[in-house]
Amino acid sequence: MPYRTDIVYRYDGSYPGFLCCVAECFHDKSLPQGIQPLDEPQATLFTVKVVDTNQELAGRVERSIREKISPQALDMVRRGFLTCMDLKELRLTRFILLGYKHGAGVVEMRLQDDVHLLNKALLYLKNEAHFHVEFIRFADYGNFLAAMITPNNVVLPVIVPHFCQRFNPENFVIYDKTHGMGFRHSAGKSATGEFFFADALELPPPSEEEEKYRRLWQRFYDTIPVQGRINPKLRRGLMPKRYWPNMTEFQRTGFN
Amino acid sequence: MHIKAIPGADPRLTNELGLYADRMSVNIELPSQVSLQKLAPQKSKEKILGPMSLIRDGIDRNSKEIVKYKAAPRFVPAGQSTQMIIGATPESDWQILSLTEGLYQKYRLKRVFFSAYMPVVEDRALPALTTPPPLLREHRLYQADWLLRFYGFSARELLDEAHPDFNPLLDPKCNWAVNHLEQFPVEVNRAPYELLLRVPGIGVKSAKRIRAARRQGRLDFDALKKLGVVLKRAKFFIVCGGKSISPLPMDNPGVIAGAVSERSEHSRLGTLGLGNFQQLSLFGPTKEDNVKCLTGQI
Repeated sequence: MPYRTDIVYRYDGSYPGFLCCVAECFHDKSLPQGIQPLDEPQATLFTVKVVDTNQELAGRVERSIREKISPQALDMVRRGFLTCMDLKELRLTRFILLGYKHGAGVVEMRLQDDVHLLNKALLYLKNEAHFHVEFIRFADYGNFLAAMITPNNVVLPVIVPHFCQRFNPENFVIYDKTHGMGFRHSAGKSATGEFFFADALELPPPSEEEEKYRRLWQRFYDTIPVQGRINPKLRRGLMPKRYWPNMTEFQRTGFN
Repeated sequence: MHIKAIPGADPRLTNELGLYADRMSVNIELPSQVSLQKLAPQKSKEKILGPMSLIRDGIDRNSKEIVKYKAAPRFVPAGQSTQMIIGATPESDWQILSLTEGLYQKYRLKRVFFSAYMPVVEDRALPALTTPPPLLREHRLYQADWLLRFYGFSARELLDEAHPDFNPLLDPKCNWAVNHLEQFPVEVNRAPYELLLRVPGIGVKSAKRIRAARRQGRLDFDALKKLGVVLKRAKFFIVCGGKSISPLPMDNPGVIAGAVSERSEHSRLGTLGLGNFQQLSLFGPTKEDNVKCLTGQI
């Protein structure tokens, strides 16, 4: 598919919207110079074409990927959309085109630039989600638990199933400050959960009991290391500094 | 669930516990019978190895039972492991590694754990309280353990009676490579998988990816980088389509060793006055000089 060097697609930033852009590429029989969300701050000198989101069209594109390429490729595209890869939409579109050309074998073409970068981004997403599952810290506010995360990728959809299972009898909320989105889960026999978008999350001040548990946790963290085996470099590798601001162990206030 | 069995435990208890546990282990505690006698005389070699044999046999029996009856209860499905303390007694790395290899072969263990001895108690039979814990030694043992389990090395290839301890400056794989430069350089496009595994900078994942990518076409250094090969190390040991990007001649062990050694360890030993450094000469005999010598020109 040839490039059209003077057009840029803009879409609403959602995954179905992106799939509609892919459909648009096929309709125009050309790849645009760029595919960007509508709220992209950088202005462009190219002609802008706004692509509308159509759920039914998005569904057809997904089915086509699953059938003509492979379910694994579709999974890669879905997770790829959650990553913070540079030129994410364009690279994913090129990956899909490659998939239509070569079929299911496209996932093994590791040396292709787009496939390689997509694999790298997916690995980053997987690792970041895993780190978050380990390092997330919930605070008890009486009738619900709340946690704050600041990931680079959109890890919320990846980590939420784990917590729904783990904290099934709890009401909890996880808020992703970087992406302005969160997940709210209410307990009960028919437990329900839903994603929400919000610019900020205001939490009540922690109770006396909660403060006591935080200090207890910090003291536990200080006490458990074996003095002779303390290794700051290893700690930085296994528990990157990026996660520290949201962890109770590193939020010392006062004299503990 | 990981259950630790006590040496000398009743076989009936061991067999019953195995049905509840995922993994079971019996700590071998110390690397030789002599050391065990000295530091833990109430535990004997037989009392430790007895339960280990039992668990191994139980796992074997269970694997046959599962083939016959799909609903047979699982006995220790995650396998058996063991643990020993390093540095409390005077065994060499070769003795410990050789014991480890024997344990893997005889008891079909999943893992052997090494625990560096941390001095907390003062006793005539124990190392002094001021002894630093042998953390590097423990690290080397784990590196060697991985080579035994995943890279097809035998203990005798890494250490032997003449070289009983690990090189503190080089990890065991690099150390082997530097001492066997006749095996290198390896042509990445043609070498068998087993030989690819032996290249420093190529691990199990990279070797598998190279093997898969080779089917699609010739590989160059750019491709290797994409496949996750650590070229910083591997460049001294590989060629790609006959070409090499090694900045150094690939036939001098001392030079290659210097290039791949861990810098921090080098400087640490230097300050302790413990490194035995060789003054390399720029004018030492080259391969060409050696050849000239043989033909009588020099």
